[in-house]
Amino acid sequence: MSPVFENFGAFVDGFLTSLSIILWALVGSLVLGIVIAACRVSPIPPLRAFGTFWVTTFRNTPLTVVLFFCAFGLPEIGINNSFFFFGVLGLVLYTSAFVCEAVRSGINSVPAGQAEAARSVGLNFTQGLRYVVLPQALRTVVPPLGSVVIAMFKNSAVVGAFGVGGELWGTGLTLTSARGFETLPIFTGVAIGYLCITLPAGALLQVLERKVAIAR
Amino acid sequence: MTFRRTALVATLSVVALTAAACGGGDEETATDVPVAEAPEFEAGTTMAELAEAGSMTVGTKYDQPFFGLEGLGGELEGFDVEIAKIIAAELGIAPEDIDWEETPSSVREEVIEGGEVDMVVATYTINAERAERITFAGPYYEAGQQIMVLSENDEITGPEYFTENPDATICSVRGSTPSEQIRPYLANEGQLTLFDEYSQCADSLSTGQVDAVTTDNVILLGFVSESDGEFKLVGEQFTEEPYGIGIEKGDVEFCQFINETLAANEEAYVAAWEATAGQIEGTQTPELPEPNECV
Repeated sequence: MSPVFENFGAFVDGFLTSLSIILWALVGSLVLGIVIAACRVSPIPPLRAFGTFWVTTFRNTPLTVVLFFCAFGLPEIGINNSFFFFGVLGLVLYTSAFVCEAVRSGINSVPAGQAEAARSVGLNFTQGLRYVVLPQALRTVVPPLGSVVIAMFKNSAVVGAFGVGGELWGTGLTLTSARGFETLPIFTGVAIGYLCITLPAGALLQVLERKVAIAR
Repeated sequence: MTFRRTALVATLSVVALTAAACGGGDEETATDVPVAEAPEFEAGTTMAELAEAGSMTVGTKYDQPFFGLEGLGGELEGFDVEIAKIIAAELGIAPEDIDWEETPSSVREEVIEGGEVDMVVATYTINAERAERITFAGPYYEAGQQIMVLSENDEITGPEYFTENPDATICSVRGSTPSEQIRPYLANEGQLTLFDEYSQCADSLSTGQVDAVTTDNVILLGFVSESDGEFKLVGEQFTEEPYGIGIEKGDVEFCQFINETLAANEEAYVAAWEATAGQIEGTQTPELPEPNECV
Protein backbone atom coordinates (compact mmCIF):
# COMPACT_ATOMS: atom_id res chain seq x y z
CA MET A 1 0.00 0.00 0.00
CA SER A 2 3.04 2.31 0.04
CA PRO A 3 2.08 3.98 -3.29
CA VAL A 4 -1.08 5.17 -1.55
CA PHE A 5 0.81 6.76 1.33
CA GLU A 6 3.36 8.32 -1.02
CA ASN A 7 0.50 10.06 -2.82
CA PHE A 8 -1.70 10.70 0.18
CA GLY A 9 -2.05 14.39 -0.66
CA ALA A 10 -3.35 13.62 -4.14
CA PHE A 11 -5.85 11.17 -2.64
CA VAL A 12 -7.12 13.75 -0.16
CA ASP A 13 -7.54 16.33 -2.95
CA GLY A 14 -9.36 13.78 -5.09
CA PHE A 15 -11.56 12.80 -2.17
CA LEU A 16 -12.55 16.41 -1.48
CA THR A 17 -13.32 17.09 -5.16
CA SER A 18 -15.45 13.96 -5.35
CA LEU A 19 -17.19 14.94 -2.12
CA SER A 20 -18.10 18.38 -3.45
CA ILE A 21 -19.42 16.87 -6.71
CA ILE A 22 -21.51 14.46 -4.64
CA LEU A 23 -22.91 17.11 -2.29
CA TRP A 24 -23.95 19.46 -5.11
CA ALA A 25 -25.49 16.58 -7.04
CA LEU A 26 -27.25 15.30 -3.90
CA VAL A 27 -28.99 18.59 -3.20
CA GLY A 28 -29.78 19.16 -6.88
CA SER A 29 -31.17 15.72 -7.59
CA LEU A 30 -33.28 15.53 -4.40
CA VAL A 31 -34.89 18.90 -5.03
CA LEU A 32 -35.41 18.29 -8.73
CA GLY A 33 -36.58 14.71 -8.19
CA ILE A 34 -39.26 15.78 -5.70
CA VAL A 35 -40.44 18.55 -8.05
CA ILE A 36 -40.68 16.08 -10.94
CA ALA A 37 -42.53 13.59 -8.70
CA ALA A 38 -45.00 16.34 -7.80
CA CYS A 39 -45.49 16.92 -11.53
CA ARG A 40 -46.12 13.24 -12.15
CA VAL A 41 -48.92 13.02 -9.56
CA SER A 42 -50.37 16.45 -10.26
CA PRO A 43 -53.95 16.82 -11.52
CA ILE A 44 -52.77 19.00 -14.44
CA PRO A 45 -52.26 16.84 -17.56
CA PRO A 46 -49.41 18.84 -19.20
CA LEU A 47 -47.41 18.66 -15.96
CA ARG A 48 -48.02 14.92 -15.73
CA ALA A 49 -46.92 14.52 -19.33
CA PHE A 50 -43.81 16.57 -18.64
CA GLY A 51 -42.97 14.45 -15.58
CA THR A 52 -43.43 11.23 -17.52
CA PHE A 53 -41.32 12.58 -20.39
CA TRP A 54 -38.54 13.59 -17.98
CA VAL A 55 -38.41 10.22 -16.26
CA THR A 56 -38.60 8.31 -19.53
CA THR A 57 -35.79 10.35 -21.02
CA PHE A 58 -33.30 10.34 -18.18
CA ARG A 59 -34.03 6.95 -16.66
CA ASN A 60 -33.55 5.24 -20.00
CA THR A 61 -30.44 7.05 -21.18
CA PRO A 62 -27.02 5.81 -20.06
CA LEU A 63 -25.33 8.22 -17.67
CA THR A 64 -22.33 8.58 -19.97
CA VAL A 65 -24.59 9.76 -22.77
CA VAL A 66 -26.29 12.32 -20.52
CA LEU A 67 -22.89 13.57 -19.39
CA PHE A 68 -21.68 13.65 -22.98
CA PHE A 69 -24.57 15.88 -24.03
CA CYS A 70 -23.86 18.17 -21.08
CA ALA A 71 -20.10 18.43 -21.60
CA PHE A 72 -20.00 18.48 -25.42
CA GLY A 73 -23.55 19.20 -26.57
CA LEU A 74 -24.26 22.33 -24.53
CA PRO A 75 -21.03 24.14 -25.56
CA GLU A 76 -21.89 23.26 -29.15
CA ILE A 77 -25.07 25.34 -28.94
CA GLY A 78 -23.23 28.20 -27.28
CA ILE A 79 -23.66 27.38 -23.59
CA ASN A 80 -20.25 27.50 -21.98
CA ASN A 81 -19.61 26.72 -18.35
CA SER A 82 -17.05 24.82 -16.31
CA PHE A 83 -16.80 21.06 -16.81
CA PHE A 84 -17.42 20.74 -13.09
CA PHE A 85 -20.81 22.41 -13.59
CA PHE A 86 -21.63 20.20 -16.58
CA GLY A 87 -20.63 17.10 -14.64
CA VAL A 88 -22.85 17.95 -11.68
CA LEU A 89 -25.66 18.93 -14.06
CA GLY A 90 -25.49 15.55 -15.82
CA LEU A 91 -25.55 13.70 -12.49
CA VAL A 92 -28.51 15.77 -11.29
CA LEU A 93 -30.56 15.24 -14.47
CA TYR A 94 -29.90 11.51 -14.47
CA THR A 95 -30.41 10.90 -10.75
CA SER A 96 -33.52 13.11 -10.54
CA ALA A 97 -35.45 10.55 -12.65
CA PHE A 98 -34.71 7.81 -10.11
CA VAL A 99 -35.39 10.06 -7.12
CA CYS A 100 -38.71 11.00 -8.73
CA GLU A 101 -39.79 7.39 -9.09
CA ALA A 102 -38.76 6.49 -5.54
CA VAL A 103 -40.68 9.48 -4.17
CA ARG A 104 -43.69 8.69 -6.35
CA SER A 105 -43.80 5.16 -4.99
CA GLY A 106 -43.92 6.70 -1.52
CA ILE A 107 -46.71 9.06 -2.52
CA ASN A 108 -48.69 6.15 -3.92
CA SER A 109 -48.26 4.27 -0.66
CA VAL A 110 -50.07 7.01 1.24
CA PRO A 111 -53.71 5.92 1.43
CA ALA A 112 -55.98 7.92 -0.86
CA GLY A 113 -58.08 8.82 2.18
CA GLN A 114 -55.26 11.08 3.40
CA ALA A 115 -55.36 13.23 0.25
CA GLU A 116 -59.15 13.25 0.34
CA ALA A 117 -59.11 14.30 3.97
CA ALA A 118 -56.69 17.10 3.12
CA ARG A 119 -58.99 18.25 0.36
CA SER A 120 -62.01 18.10 2.64
CA VAL A 121 -60.43 20.40 5.21
CA GLY A 122 -59.89 22.95 2.46
CA LEU A 123 -56.27 22.41 1.39
CA ASN A 124 -55.61 22.70 -2.33
CA PHE A 125 -53.50 20.15 -4.23
CA THR A 126 -50.12 21.77 -3.53
CA GLN A 127 -50.91 22.29 0.16
CA GLY A 128 -52.25 18.77 0.50
CA LEU A 129 -49.10 17.40 -1.05
CA ARG A 130 -46.81 19.64 0.96
CA TYR A 131 -48.42 19.22 4.41
CA VAL A 132 -50.17 15.87 4.33
CA VAL A 133 -48.95 13.48 1.64
CA LEU A 134 -45.21 14.21 1.21
CA PRO A 135 -44.35 14.14 4.94
CA GLN A 136 -45.77 10.63 5.10
CA ALA A 137 -44.44 9.59 1.72
CA LEU A 138 -40.84 10.66 2.38
CA ARG A 139 -40.72 8.51 5.53
CA THR A 140 -41.47 5.38 3.60
CA VAL A 141 -39.04 6.13 0.78
CA VAL A 142 -35.90 6.42 2.91
CA PRO A 143 -34.63 2.91 2.01
CA PRO A 144 -35.20 3.09 -1.79
CA LEU A 145 -34.07 6.71 -1.90
CA GLY A 146 -30.97 5.70 0.01
CA SER A 147 -30.12 3.17 -2.67
CA VAL A 148 -30.59 5.78 -5.40
CA VAL A 149 -28.41 8.26 -3.57
CA ILE A 150 -25.62 5.77 -2.90
CA ALA A 151 -25.73 4.69 -6.56
CA MET A 152 -25.32 8.36 -7.47
CA PHE A 153 -22.29 8.65 -5.17
CA LYS A 154 -20.61 5.85 -7.07
CA ASN A 155 -21.80 7.18 -10.44
CA SER A 156 -19.90 10.36 -9.65
CA ALA A 157 -16.75 8.48 -10.69
CA VAL A 158 -17.99 8.70 -14.27
CA VAL A 159 -17.84 12.51 -14.44
CA GLY A 160 -14.06 12.18 -14.34
CA ALA A 161 -14.23 11.08 -17.97
CA PHE A 162 -15.91 14.34 -18.92
CA GLY A 163 -13.31 16.90 -18.09
CA VAL A 164 -13.91 17.29 -14.36
CA GLY A 165 -10.41 17.51 -13.01
CA GLY A 166 -8.91 15.91 -9.97
CA GLU A 167 -11.73 13.74 -8.64
CA LEU A 168 -10.94 10.47 -6.91
CA TRP A 169 -11.21 8.05 -9.84
CA GLY A 170 -9.32 10.39 -12.18
CA THR A 171 -6.59 10.83 -9.58
CA GLY A 172 -6.18 7.05 -9.56
CA LEU A 173 -5.85 6.97 -13.34
CA THR A 174 -3.32 9.80 -13.37
CA LEU A 175 -1.19 8.11 -10.72
CA THR A 176 -1.17 4.71 -12.43
CA SER A 177 -0.69 5.66 -16.05
CA ALA A 178 1.27 8.90 -16.25
CA ARG A 179 3.33 8.42 -13.11
CA GLY A 180 3.64 4.66 -13.38
CA PHE A 181 2.54 3.64 -9.90
CA GLU A 182 1.23 0.13 -9.44
CA THR A 183 -2.42 -0.28 -10.30
CA LEU A 184 -3.64 -2.59 -7.54
CA PRO A 185 -2.68 -0.55 -4.46
CA ILE A 186 -3.71 2.75 -6.07
CA PHE A 187 -7.19 1.56 -6.99
CA THR A 188 -7.57 -0.14 -3.64
CA GLY A 189 -6.94 3.32 -2.25
CA VAL A 190 -9.56 4.76 -4.62
CA ALA A 191 -12.07 2.12 -3.48
CA ILE A 192 -11.37 2.97 0.16
CA GLY A 193 -11.93 6.64 -0.69
CA TYR A 194 -15.39 5.87 -2.04
CA LEU A 195 -16.15 3.62 0.93
CA CYS A 196 -15.28 6.54 3.20
CA ILE A 197 -18.20 8.34 1.57
CA THR A 198 -20.70 5.53 1.03
CA LEU A 199 -20.37 3.64 4.34
CA PRO A 200 -21.05 6.66 6.57
CA ALA A 201 -23.85 7.62 4.18
CA GLY A 202 -25.38 4.15 4.61
CA ALA A 203 -25.10 4.40 8.39
CA LEU A 204 -26.66 7.87 8.32
CA LEU A 205 -29.55 6.55 6.25
CA GLN A 206 -30.16 3.80 8.78
CA VAL A 207 -30.30 6.32 11.60
CA LEU A 208 -32.62 8.48 9.52
CA GLU A 209 -34.85 5.53 8.73
CA ARG A 210 -35.24 4.66 12.40
CA LYS A 211 -35.83 8.27 13.33
CA VAL A 212 -38.60 8.97 10.83
CA ALA A 213 -40.26 5.57 10.95
CA ILE A 214 -43.90 5.73 11.95
CA ALA A 215 -45.92 2.92 13.39
CA ARG A 216 -48.90 2.20 11.20
CA MET B 1 -28.64 21.07 -32.98
CA THR B 2 -25.78 20.03 -35.11
CA PHE B 3 -23.02 18.20 -33.37
CA ARG B 4 -19.57 17.88 -34.79
CA ARG B 5 -19.13 14.45 -36.21
CA THR B 6 -16.01 13.66 -34.25
CA ALA B 7 -17.65 14.60 -30.98
CA LEU B 8 -20.62 12.34 -31.46
CA VAL B 9 -18.59 9.52 -32.77
CA ALA B 10 -16.09 9.64 -29.94
CA THR B 11 -18.63 8.70 -27.36
CA LEU B 12 -20.95 6.55 -29.41
CA SER B 13 -18.41 3.82 -29.84
CA VAL B 14 -14.77 3.13 -30.18
CA VAL B 15 -15.41 1.20 -33.35
CA ALA B 16 -17.17 4.14 -34.91
CA LEU B 17 -14.35 6.43 -33.88
CA THR B 18 -11.82 4.27 -35.60
CA ALA B 19 -14.02 4.18 -38.66
CA ALA B 20 -14.27 7.97 -38.83
CA ALA B 21 -10.61 8.55 -38.26
CA CYS B 22 -9.28 6.21 -40.87
CA GLY B 23 -12.09 6.15 -43.38
CA GLY B 24 -10.00 8.30 -45.69
CA GLY B 25 -6.70 6.51 -45.98
CA ASP B 26 -5.99 3.09 -47.31
CA GLU B 27 -2.28 2.83 -46.79
CA GLU B 28 -0.72 -0.43 -47.76
CA THR B 29 1.64 -1.92 -45.23
CA ALA B 30 4.99 -0.22 -45.56
CA THR B 31 7.31 -2.80 -44.12
CA ASP B 32 9.28 -4.53 -46.82
CA VAL B 33 11.83 -6.05 -44.49
CA PRO B 34 12.25 -9.65 -45.62
CA VAL B 35 11.16 -12.08 -42.93
CA ALA B 36 14.30 -13.85 -41.75
CA GLU B 37 14.26 -17.56 -42.41
CA ALA B 38 15.11 -19.75 -39.44
CA PRO B 39 17.31 -17.17 -37.70
CA GLU B 40 19.80 -18.52 -35.13
CA PHE B 41 19.83 -17.18 -31.60
CA GLU B 42 21.65 -18.21 -28.48
CA ALA B 43 19.56 -20.76 -26.63
CA GLY B 44 17.60 -19.46 -23.67
CA THR B 45 17.22 -15.91 -24.95
CA THR B 46 13.87 -14.29 -25.60
CA MET B 47 14.77 -14.12 -29.30
CA ALA B 48 15.32 -17.87 -29.47
CA GLU B 49 12.02 -18.51 -27.73
CA LEU B 50 10.08 -16.23 -30.04
CA ALA B 51 11.79 -17.49 -33.20
CA GLU B 52 11.05 -21.04 -32.07
CA ALA B 53 7.40 -20.22 -31.41
CA GLY B 54 7.08 -18.48 -34.76
CA SER B 55 4.72 -15.88 -33.34
CA MET B 56 4.76 -13.10 -30.81
CA THR B 57 2.32 -10.87 -28.96
CA VAL B 58 2.75 -7.13 -29.39
CA GLY B 59 0.91 -4.46 -27.45
CA THR B 60 0.03 -1.25 -29.24
CA LYS B 61 -2.61 1.45 -29.22
CA TYR B 62 -5.73 0.99 -31.33
CA ASP B 63 -6.84 4.60 -31.25
CA GLN B 64 -3.78 6.67 -32.01
CA PRO B 65 -3.98 8.04 -35.57
CA PHE B 66 -0.75 7.58 -37.54
CA PHE B 67 0.88 5.46 -34.80
CA GLY B 68 -1.46 2.63 -33.93
CA LEU B 69 -4.99 2.73 -35.27
CA GLU B 70 -7.45 -0.09 -35.88
CA GLY B 71 -9.11 0.08 -39.29
CA LEU B 72 -12.65 -0.91 -40.21
CA GLY B 73 -11.66 -4.46 -41.04
CA GLY B 74 -9.73 -4.83 -37.78
CA GLU B 75 -6.34 -4.31 -39.41
CA LEU B 76 -3.86 -2.11 -37.61
CA GLU B 77 -1.90 0.67 -39.18
CA GLY B 78 0.58 3.24 -37.99
CA PHE B 79 4.23 3.89 -37.30
CA ASP B 80 4.32 1.82 -34.10
CA VAL B 81 2.74 -1.09 -35.93
CA GLU B 82 5.37 -0.91 -38.69
CA ILE B 83 8.20 -0.72 -36.16
CA ALA B 84 6.88 -3.87 -34.48
CA LYS B 85 6.73 -5.61 -37.87
CA ILE B 86 10.37 -4.72 -38.57
CA ILE B 87 11.47 -6.32 -35.29
CA ALA B 88 9.24 -9.37 -35.79
CA ALA B 89 10.61 -9.90 -39.31
CA GLU B 90 14.15 -10.08 -37.94
CA LEU B 91 12.96 -12.84 -35.57
CA GLY B 92 11.55 -14.79 -38.50
CA ILE B 93 7.97 -13.86 -37.67
CA ALA B 94 5.76 -12.73 -40.55
CA PRO B 95 3.38 -9.76 -39.97
CA GLU B 96 0.35 -12.09 -40.05
CA ASP B 97 1.87 -14.17 -37.23
CA ILE B 98 1.92 -11.23 -34.83
CA ASP B 99 -0.84 -11.33 -32.21
CA TRP B 100 -1.82 -7.75 -31.49
CA GLU B 101 -3.07 -6.71 -28.11
CA GLU B 102 -4.61 -3.35 -27.35
CA THR B 103 -2.59 -1.57 -24.69
CA PRO B 104 -3.92 1.87 -23.75
CA SER B 105 -1.58 4.09 -21.72
CA SER B 106 -2.83 2.93 -18.36
CA VAL B 107 -2.09 -0.79 -18.71
CA ARG B 108 1.24 -0.84 -20.53
CA GLU B 109 3.45 -1.69 -17.57
CA GLU B 110 0.94 -4.23 -16.26
CA VAL B 111 0.81 -6.33 -19.43
CA ILE B 112 4.59 -6.39 -19.73
CA GLU B 113 5.04 -7.39 -16.09
CA GLY B 114 2.30 -9.99 -16.38
CA GLY B 115 3.92 -11.52 -19.45
CA GLU B 116 0.78 -11.04 -21.54
CA VAL B 117 2.79 -9.39 -24.31
CA ASP B 118 6.34 -9.84 -25.54
CA MET B 119 6.79 -6.15 -26.24
CA VAL B 120 4.85 -2.89 -26.25
CA VAL B 121 5.19 -0.35 -29.06
CA ALA B 122 2.59 2.27 -28.19
CA THR B 123 3.80 5.90 -28.31
CA TYR B 124 5.49 4.92 -25.08
CA THR B 125 7.54 7.79 -23.69
CA ILE B 126 10.66 6.65 -21.87
CA ASN B 127 10.76 7.99 -18.33
CA ALA B 128 12.48 7.04 -15.11
CA GLU B 129 9.36 5.94 -13.21
CA ARG B 130 8.33 3.55 -15.95
CA ALA B 131 11.90 2.31 -16.36
CA GLU B 132 11.79 1.07 -12.77
CA ARG B 133 9.19 -1.51 -13.76
CA ILE B 134 10.12 -2.40 -17.32
CA THR B 135 13.06 -2.13 -19.72
CA PHE B 136 12.95 0.27 -22.65
CA ALA B 137 14.63 -0.47 -25.97
CA GLY B 138 15.14 2.45 -28.32
CA PRO B 139 14.17 5.26 -28.52
CA TYR B 140 12.95 4.88 -32.08
CA TYR B 141 11.41 8.34 -32.32
CA GLU B 142 11.70 11.65 -30.51
CA ALA B 143 8.51 13.58 -30.26
CA GLY B 144 8.16 16.90 -28.46
CA GLN B 145 5.29 18.59 -26.71
CA GLN B 146 3.66 21.64 -28.25
CA ILE B 147 0.49 23.70 -27.88
CA MET B 148 -2.46 23.88 -30.27
CA VAL B 149 -4.91 26.82 -30.23
CA LEU B 150 -7.66 28.24 -32.42
CA SER B 151 -6.27 29.95 -35.51
CA GLU B 152 -7.69 33.34 -34.52
CA ASN B 153 -5.98 33.19 -31.12
CA ASP B 154 -2.92 35.47 -31.05
CA GLU B 155 -2.49 35.69 -27.30
CA ILE B 156 -1.15 32.25 -26.47
CA THR B 157 2.42 31.87 -27.65
CA GLY B 158 3.78 29.19 -25.34
CA PRO B 159 3.26 27.35 -22.07
CA GLU B 160 4.28 30.43 -20.03
CA TYR B 161 0.96 32.04 -20.98
CA PHE B 162 -0.80 29.71 -18.53
CA THR B 163 1.42 30.79 -15.65
CA GLU B 164 0.57 34.42 -16.26
CA ASN B 165 -3.15 33.87 -16.96
CA PRO B 166 -4.66 31.70 -14.21
CA ASP B 167 -8.04 31.70 -15.97
CA ALA B 168 -6.77 30.19 -19.21
CA THR B 169 -7.47 26.48 -19.59
CA ILE B 170 -5.59 23.74 -21.42
CA CYS B 171 -6.62 20.21 -22.34
CA SER B 172 -4.74 16.94 -22.58
CA VAL B 173 -5.28 13.22 -22.19
CA ARG B 174 -5.40 11.67 -18.76
CA GLY B 175 -2.45 9.50 -17.89
CA SER B 176 -0.26 10.84 -20.68
CA THR B 177 3.17 12.33 -20.02
CA PRO B 178 2.25 15.66 -21.69
CA SER B 179 -0.55 16.09 -19.15
CA GLU B 180 2.05 15.85 -16.39
CA GLN B 181 4.69 17.99 -18.05
CA ILE B 182 2.36 20.94 -18.52
CA ARG B 183 1.64 21.06 -14.78
CA PRO B 184 4.75 23.10 -13.80
CA TYR B 185 3.55 25.86 -16.15
CA LEU B 186 0.11 26.08 -14.59
CA ALA B 187 -0.85 28.61 -11.96
CA ASN B 188 -3.50 26.28 -10.55
CA GLU B 189 -4.79 22.73 -10.92
CA GLY B 190 -8.15 23.86 -12.32
CA GLN B 191 -6.56 25.06 -15.56
CA LEU B 192 -5.96 21.50 -16.71
CA THR B 193 -8.82 19.58 -18.31
CA LEU B 194 -8.27 15.87 -18.89
CA PHE B 195 -10.12 13.59 -21.29
CA ASP B 196 -9.66 10.04 -22.51
CA GLU B 197 -9.22 10.98 -26.15
CA TYR B 198 -7.50 13.84 -27.92
CA SER B 199 -10.54 14.21 -30.20
CA GLN B 200 -12.52 15.30 -27.13
CA CYS B 201 -9.89 17.95 -26.42
CA ALA B 202 -10.08 19.14 -30.02
CA ASP B 203 -13.87 19.42 -29.77
CA SER B 204 -13.67 21.34 -26.53
CA LEU B 205 -11.14 23.66 -28.16
CA SER B 206 -13.43 24.42 -31.07
CA THR B 207 -16.46 25.04 -28.81
CA GLY B 208 -14.45 27.34 -26.55
CA GLN B 209 -14.58 25.12 -23.47
CA VAL B 210 -10.78 25.14 -23.31
CA ASP B 211 -8.25 27.64 -24.67
CA ALA B 212 -5.57 25.21 -25.85
CA VAL B 213 -4.65 21.57 -26.30
CA THR B 214 -1.23 20.15 -25.54
CA THR B 215 0.46 16.89 -26.39
CA ASP B 216 3.17 15.53 -28.68
CA ASN B 217 3.57 17.59 -31.84
CA VAL B 218 2.87 14.72 -34.26
CA ILE B 219 -0.52 14.08 -32.71
CA LEU B 220 -1.39 17.79 -32.78
CA LEU B 221 -0.27 18.12 -36.39
CA GLY B 222 -2.75 15.40 -37.27
CA PHE B 223 -5.57 17.53 -35.85
CA VAL B 224 -4.28 20.72 -37.47
CA SER B 225 -4.15 19.08 -40.90
CA GLU B 226 -7.72 17.77 -40.52
CA SER B 227 -9.17 21.00 -39.13
CA ASP B 228 -9.38 23.07 -42.33
CA GLY B 229 -7.49 25.93 -40.80
CA GLU B 230 -9.47 26.04 -37.56
CA PHE B 231 -6.46 25.12 -35.39
CA LYS B 232 -2.78 26.04 -35.38
CA LEU B 233 0.34 25.18 -33.39
CA VAL B 234 2.10 27.89 -31.40
CA GLY B 235 5.49 28.15 -29.72
CA GLU B 236 8.44 25.81 -29.70
CA GLN B 237 8.57 22.21 -28.53
CA PHE B 238 9.07 22.51 -24.79
CA THR B 239 9.74 18.87 -23.88
CA GLU B 240 11.42 15.84 -25.34
CA GLU B 241 9.36 12.68 -25.58
CA PRO B 242 11.53 9.78 -26.67
CA TYR B 243 9.32 6.86 -27.68
CA GLY B 244 10.71 3.50 -26.57
CA ILE B 245 9.76 -0.14 -26.89
CA GLY B 246 8.74 -1.69 -23.61
CA ILE B 247 9.93 -5.19 -22.75
CA GLU B 248 10.28 -7.28 -19.64
CA LYS B 249 12.45 -5.69 -16.94
CA GLY B 250 16.07 -6.73 -17.22
CA ASP B 251 15.94 -8.48 -20.59
CA VAL B 252 19.14 -6.79 -21.80
CA GLU B 253 19.76 -9.19 -24.68
CA PHE B 254 16.34 -8.63 -26.21
CA CYS B 255 16.76 -4.88 -25.74
CA GLN B 256 20.12 -4.93 -27.53
CA PHE B 257 18.64 -7.09 -30.27
CA ILE B 258 15.86 -4.55 -30.85
CA ASN B 259 18.30 -1.66 -30.97
CA GLU B 260 20.55 -3.51 -33.44
CA THR B 261 17.56 -4.48 -35.58
CA LEU B 262 16.40 -0.89 -35.84
CA ALA B 263 19.90 0.35 -36.66
CA ALA B 264 20.29 -2.30 -39.37
CA ASN B 265 16.97 -1.48 -41.05
CA GLU B 266 17.15 2.25 -41.51
CA GLU B 267 15.57 2.12 -44.96
CA ALA B 268 12.57 0.24 -43.65
CA TYR B 269 12.40 2.71 -40.79
CA VAL B 270 12.17 5.65 -43.18
CA ALA B 271 9.63 3.81 -45.37
CA ALA B 272 7.55 3.02 -42.29
CA TRP B 273 7.54 6.69 -41.30
CA GLU B 274 6.67 7.96 -44.76
CA ALA B 275 3.74 5.55 -45.12
CA THR B 276 2.26 6.50 -41.75
CA ALA B 277 3.05 9.59 -39.67
CA GLY B 278 4.91 11.09 -42.63
CA GLN B 279 1.50 11.57 -44.27
CA ILE B 280 0.76 14.41 -41.86
CA GLU B 281 1.43 17.82 -43.38
CA GLY B 282 4.30 19.60 -41.70
CA THR B 283 6.21 16.61 -40.34
CA GLN B 284 9.78 15.80 -41.28
CA THR B 285 11.16 12.32 -41.70
CA PRO B 286 13.12 11.66 -38.52
CA GLU B 287 16.52 10.07 -38.21
CA LEU B 288 16.71 7.03 -35.97
CA PRO B 289 17.83 8.42 -32.57
CA GLU B 290 20.88 7.04 -30.78
CA PRO B 291 19.70 4.13 -28.63
CA ASN B 292 19.91 4.35 -24.84
CA GLU B 293 21.99 1.88 -22.93
CA CYS B 294 20.10 -1.32 -22.21
CA VAL B 295 19.56 -1.90 -18.49
